[in-house]
Amino acid sequence: MLDQSQGYTTEDGRKIGGVVMEMRNITLRFGGVEAIKDISFDIREGEIRAIIGPNGAGKSSMLNVISGFYIPQEGEVLYKGSPRPPMKPYQVAQQGIARTFQNIALFEGMSVLDNVMTGRLTHMKTGLWQQALWKGAAETEETANREVAEKIIDFLEIQAIRKTPVARLPYGLKKRVELARALAAEPSLLLLDEPMAGMNVEEKEDMSRFILDVNDEFGTTIALIEHDMGVVMDLSDRVVVMDYGKKIGDGTPAEVRGNQAVIDAYLGVAHD
Amino acid sequence: MPEQLAFTIEVFLNGLMAGVLYALVALGFVLIYKASGIFNFAQGVMALFAAMTLYGIMNGQVPFAHLINAIFGTDIHYFGWSIPAFLSIILTIGVMILLAWMVQRYIFRYLVGQEPIILFMATIGLAYFLEGVGDLMWGSDIKTLDVGLPQGINVAIDEATFGWFGYGFFIDNLDIVASVVAALLVIGLVMFAQYTKQGRAMRAVADDHQAALSVGVSLNFIWILVWSLAGFVALVAGIMWGAKSGVQFSLSLIALKALPVLMLGGFTSIPGAIVGGLIIGVGEKLFEFLIGAPYLGGATENWFAYMLALVFLVFRPQGLFGEKIIERV
Repeated sequence: MLDQSQGYTTEDGRKIGGVVMEMRNITLRFGGVEAIKDISFDIREGEIRAIIGPNGAGKSSMLNVISGFYIPQEGEVLYKGSPRPPMKPYQVAQQGIARTFQNIALFEGMSVLDNVMTGRLTHMKTGLWQQALWKGAAETEETANREVAEKIIDFLEIQAIRKTPVARLPYGLKKRVELARALAAEPSLLLLDEPMAGMNVEEKEDMSRFILDVNDEFGTTIALIEHDMGVVMDLSDRVVVMDYGKKIGDGTPAEVRGNQAVIDAYLGVAHD
Repeated sequence: MPEQLAFTIEVFLNGLMAGVLYALVALGFVLIYKASGIFNFAQGVMALFAAMTLYGIMNGQVPFAHLINAIFGTDIHYFGWSIPAFLSIILTIGVMILLAWMVQRYIFRYLVGQEPIILFMATIGLAYFLEGVGDLMWGSDIKTLDVGLPQGINVAIDEATFGWFGYGFFIDNLDIVASVVAALLVIGLVMFAQYTKQGRAMRAVADDHQAALSVGVSLNFIWILVWSLAGFVALVAGIMWGAKSGVQFSLSLIALKALPVLMLGGFTSIPGAIVGGLIIGVGEKLFEFLIGAPYLGGATENWFAYMLALVFLVFRPQGLFGEKIIERV
């Protein structure tokens, strides 16, 4: 079992730290439908945490709870050790939680660079008047943020399309730009909603490599949802398995793979 | 140079400058429509309200004087002071920002995610409400707004062109000022949108609400910001039109003239609003001069713009600069 206060060391020898995000007995309802039923789990500093489950299991709902798009009816969200009051998605983003979307939500009319720069918005502190007058502070701030954005663009190997309007890019690259924008926020927690959905094998391999590199290079804590079991097992340190809104498994990929409830959920089982 | 040609050039120039004023109104529509998908029918009334407020503040009018007099049997109308134009403009900007905040706080906050037609109906309601409040606050009499802008024929141009062509152009100083102000306003707005943090956030909201939220942009703040900017643009339009033809109810009808401008320029493009305004301004003046007056009995300026808009609706519904709408099946 895990030590709750300390952390653990992964199979490949990475040190995982304390709890960044903790979900306590979360229940989320839409009218009479319970999308999430009394689920608890935590996400630790520096780890890659996956949430998996069959269609309609409530994975995306869970991600939306973490990122503030949904407010759960019951339960508590603890961020960096203290309970988080119900807040708007933009406030969650300002607290250092960045995300991507299953169906890609980029600013189609803007260039790749501009899109990545929007990821820096939470780091820009100068006020409206300073910005409008373009005073010294506003200018140096823009330069500093631009440097971070360029670094991330280099890192994700999208320099060649920096100035291209996003609407013209193919699907796989759009996914990568969305990752770049989320990374630009230098988040304490990065949420990826099906980062590999709709990709071919080659694109999936690229994306997996980037996710691992990001985690390795920047030490970013990542929580991701993914359908592709193979990919999840390779990438993640710990896995939460959901089915019909309930948590049916939680542990390392090896532990989860051996869990009978998980096997039943994925392969189907005769109900009596 | 034949006099006919010189005269045509003069009509062309006057058309350009009339177009600038149309563009100013259209600009207010585009700002709000881009950021929130709301077609703001109240833009014209906002221009009227801004001009009335500016006049009221400048001349030390007591707001709601008629109402106060009717209830308390008093007879007050003026504070008895007058405030310099520049300071009054600053104060009016403050009033327009307050209005933007109230519009967002008390109307559109409750309509987030509603159908466009419902948002549109809300702005019609806002238009009538604001018109009523404007009258109640400042009185419905026709006022002459004078913020010290130069008016009348520009003598230098008249003399210079007379020297060159043997025919002096009649160009109004006010139109020149309006053109310069409009140009500065557009440059300022574009720079703001391109190079500042709030401008970037504004473009983000215009593009995708969900994505904007995920990068930490408060939609509410941005909407108040664009309504404030639209209020500011309305004020500028109100000052120009008010100086030209007086502050009166018909000022709010210039919003209708902005519609064909938007059809031409596209609802989502700031440069489009400018170019559309110029085309309509020049088009209606030239048409009247070359075809309307000699062959059609004149007064074509009233309908030419709508006619042109109709042609555009048939052949290029997204306008010259609008985003092409492609629905994937």
